[in-house]
This record gives sequence, C-alpha cells and structure tokens, in this order.
Amino acid sequence: MTHNATLPPPGPDRQADQYAPALMTNRWRDSHPGVPPRLLPADSRAGVDLQPHMERFGPPPYRGAPGRLIGEVEAAGLTGRGGAAFPTYRKLAAMAAGRGPAPMVVGNGAEGEPASNKDKTLLWFSPHLVLDGLQLAAEAVGSVTVGLYVHRNLRLYERLGVAIAQRAAAGLDAARVELIEAPLRFLAGEESALASKASGGPALPRFKPPRASQRGVAGLRTLVQNVETLAHLALIARHGAAWFRSVGTQDEPGSMLATLHQADGPTGVVETTLGTPIADLLRLPARAVLVGGYHGAWLPAEQARRLPLANAALRPLGAAVGAGVLAALPGDRCGLAETARVARYLALESAGQCGPCFNGLPRMAGALEALAGPRPDPRARADLERWSELVGGRGACHHPDGTVRFVRSALRVFADEMDHHARGSCTGTSGRPFLPLPQETPLDNTDWR
Amino acid sequence: MRKQLRVNPIDCAGHGLCAELLPELITLDEWGYPIVSGEPVPRGLERHARRAVADCPALALFLADVPR
Repeated sequence: MTHNATLPPPGPDRQADQYAPALMTNRWRDSHPGVPPRLLPADSRAGVDLQPHMERFGPPPYRGAPGRLIGEVEAAGLTGRGGAAFPTYRKLAAMAAGRGPAPMVVGNGAEGEPASNKDKTLLWFSPHLVLDGLQLAAEAVGSVTVGLYVHRNLRLYERLGVAIAQRAAAGLDAARVELIEAPLRFLAGEESALASKASGGPALPRFKPPRASQRGVAGLRTLVQNVETLAHLALIARHGAAWFRSVGTQDEPGSMLATLHQADGPTGVVETTLGTPIADLLRLPARAVLVGGYHGAWLPAEQARRLPLANAALRPLGAAVGAGVLAALPGDRCGLAETARVARYLALESAGQCGPCFNGLPRMAGALEALAGPRPDPRARADLERWSELVGGRGACHHPDGTVRFVRSALRVFADEMDHHARGSCTGTSGRPFLPLPQETPLDNTDWR
Repeated sequence: MRKQLRVNPIDCAGHGLCAELLPELITLDEWGYPIVSGEPVPRGLERHARRAVADCPALALFLADVPR
C-alpha cells in the first residue's frame, strides 16, 4: 500500500494516450433497443461525479452484515471478468468463512494486456460502480481494508481521487479506499504480483501456495476481484440475480465488456452479452481472429464467424473469452509476423524468475521470428513445438502457459502461411503492425515497482 | 497421505543435483532445470526423494500432499 488516494503518484505517464478511451455505445443500442447499457454510460459523458451516479443507480445497498449478498451473487452466476471466469460467489464465500483477522479486499484494475482497454475504460467512465462494488464486496466478506490497484497514470489517478473524495465527503462508505499503483508490466495484475506490490514489494508473481486468499497483502487473507466483476456485483446488489440473468446465456449470464480491434481500423470498448455471435462484434471477413488477448488463441476467421463469445463454445477449441479481447487480423497482414512480434513482447515481459520461462520464451520468440521470415531453418518449427511442450505448466504463474496457448494456436491457424514462408513467399502485403504493443518495451527489471 | 515432488521454479537455480539423486522421478530440460514427475512418489523411492529434497542447494524441491 503505497499511495494516498488524493496524491497522484510520481512516475512516467507512458500510457496516457491509451487512456483516451473509445466507446462504441451504439453497438449496445443496436442489439438492446430501449435498454441502457449496464456498466457504461449511455453516451460518452464521463461519470466521475457522485451525484449523477446516485441519480441513476441510487446508493449502494449495504446489507448491514457480512455474508448476506453472497447468495444473490451465487444465484446470479457472476464469474470473474479478469479472464479466468471463476465463480465470484465461491471466492466471496471462502473469504467470508475464513478464520483469523479480517481479510483485505483489492479491486484489480491493472490491465497489463496491451490489447485490452476495458478496465481502464470502465474506471474512467463508471468509477463509482467499481467503488460501490468494492465496498459491497468488503461488507460481504467482513473486511474494512480496501484497495484499488490501477496502472500508473496521472489522469486516471486524479479522476479516481476525485471520485473517492466525493464519496468520503458524502459519508457513503465504511472503508477508505487506498489507491495502489501498478507498474506498467504485463504481469503486474497477476494476483500474487498484486499482493506483493500492495505489501510494499515488487509486482512480481510469487510461488503458490500460499495464494493471496490464504496469505496476501501484508499477510492478510486477500480477496482480489477484477474491477468489472465488482461493477457487476454493485448492480446485482441493486437489481438482483434474475435481472442479471436476463441477458447472456443460461450457463454464462450477464453482460461483459470487450475490447474490439477491427480489421479496418477502429479499436474500442463495447458492452455486450455473453453468447453474442462474434460475427456481430467484429466486421468480417478477416484473415484470422484473436480471441482472449495475448494469452488467448487465434481462430480461423471462417470458424470464428460461426461462434458465440462464450466459453462453452470456445473452450473445446482451445480458446476462451478471457478478458474479452477480440481482434480481426486484416487480410493484408501476415499472421506469423504478428504472432512473432507479440511473442517477443511476451518473452520480454517474463519476470525472469523461473528457468523454463526465461530460457524458453525468448527462444520461442526467436523461432517464430525465423518462421515469420523467408525460408526459415527447417528445424525452427520442430524447436518451437518442443519448447512449447517444455515450458507449459512450469512457471510460478501462468505466463508460460498463456504464451504457449497463443503460439500453438498460431502454428495451427497459420500452417498454410508457414508453407508459403518455407518456399520464400508471404501472403501478407502490408508490414504495418496491427496488434497493439506498448511503445516502449521494458528491457530491464528495474521497473517492477 | 501420498506425497508428490514439487519444485518452486522461482527458487530453483538449476543446480541439477535432484536429477542425479533421483533420476527415476526427475529429469533435466535442455537448460538444466528439473522436470519433476507429478506422480505420487512410489514407496520404494520415498527415502531417495527425501534425500533429494534435503540436498537441494536452493531449497526449491519439496514434497507435497497429492491433490485429491
């Protein structure tokens, strides 16, 4: 715990440009006529002030005692929106039932994935829903120690500081929210990295056990929930489980935020519902579709066209909704080149702690760079397959596993392209990078704090 | 309670001693880091497994309960 909410942290403002969030609210309007979006404002008006929030939603409906909200969250079927889709009520119930000192609750807004903007957008436009959810989650598990973990960014910090101060002036909340600064690293939002950072250490993943829920921030049992999950929680507390389930699918209910990267240009955050056809979200045709971000998987565009954005359909194909990133690779780009660029970034984002990851990921990136070029060494592909087999499941966190998932999907989906490259040709005609990466990739390990 | 070998990959520095002491359950990858069998340690190897754990210079190897 490092920063008072009212004092913006020092440090570079590297991601400032990524904080001009682009909303695509018309998509929700088109698919749900007459129904306002749940998490995002109906127009692009920013919602930092408490008063309009209270007019739209009313005060957070505290239950007056721990545990009471948990049954409603279970009935709603809310799952974590940070990527793992774990049932939220199970985390709440385990935390509420635990023994010992009161736990800590941290909202996780560290969105290290460069292709995802949905958490930043949510915090920018609807900070009070997240802050409501934090307080409600804290009440549900009997906690009075609350943090909000957000990537270093002056403008967002100032905004959240204003929102928190307004709530304090209104006497709305039981627990004071402490803003905790996340470094601009891919893995900074990993749960054990969060716990380490919030305890005063570097934001590096730790070996489990213990998990944060067992021994997290400053040794306290710690509930970590993605900020979007908390915003849904705030709405379930107000409107109930049946309302939450009125959109989405039976098994995967509710709405979700997604970051869309269209082949023909714009990138933006939309609110959609689980089960929405991918073809309704992305403008196809495209060469391929990346689902779930850089720990996600490529799918052939023809396959993606027929699929809904739901884990029930995606998981059998080795893909997952994840944190809701969808990218349509333009027809003029080479999927191998795009994958190699991202794989190199992922290798540089290894925390460098675990032998298989810090040895394997740079080699995998190198082999992909060879495969992305003309007439690669015939051994490159076999090397890549072998290293993919070797590094999976052998890290303290899931970085090697996610990287392997992403790379293997490229080997499947861009197999034809590999044949072209073996003959010295490439079907891509534009070398312009498509998938977003940070402008500066950290090259040393001094910036995990 | 049956035990399995686990390695803390952050602590592991790739000394490779464990694979010398217990080649039945531990091999090394091409960079010298251990690949540890997730199978329950067979009865006949329990003493060797404890020895490998005790001798790890990085204290990175341990015996854990097999998850149900």
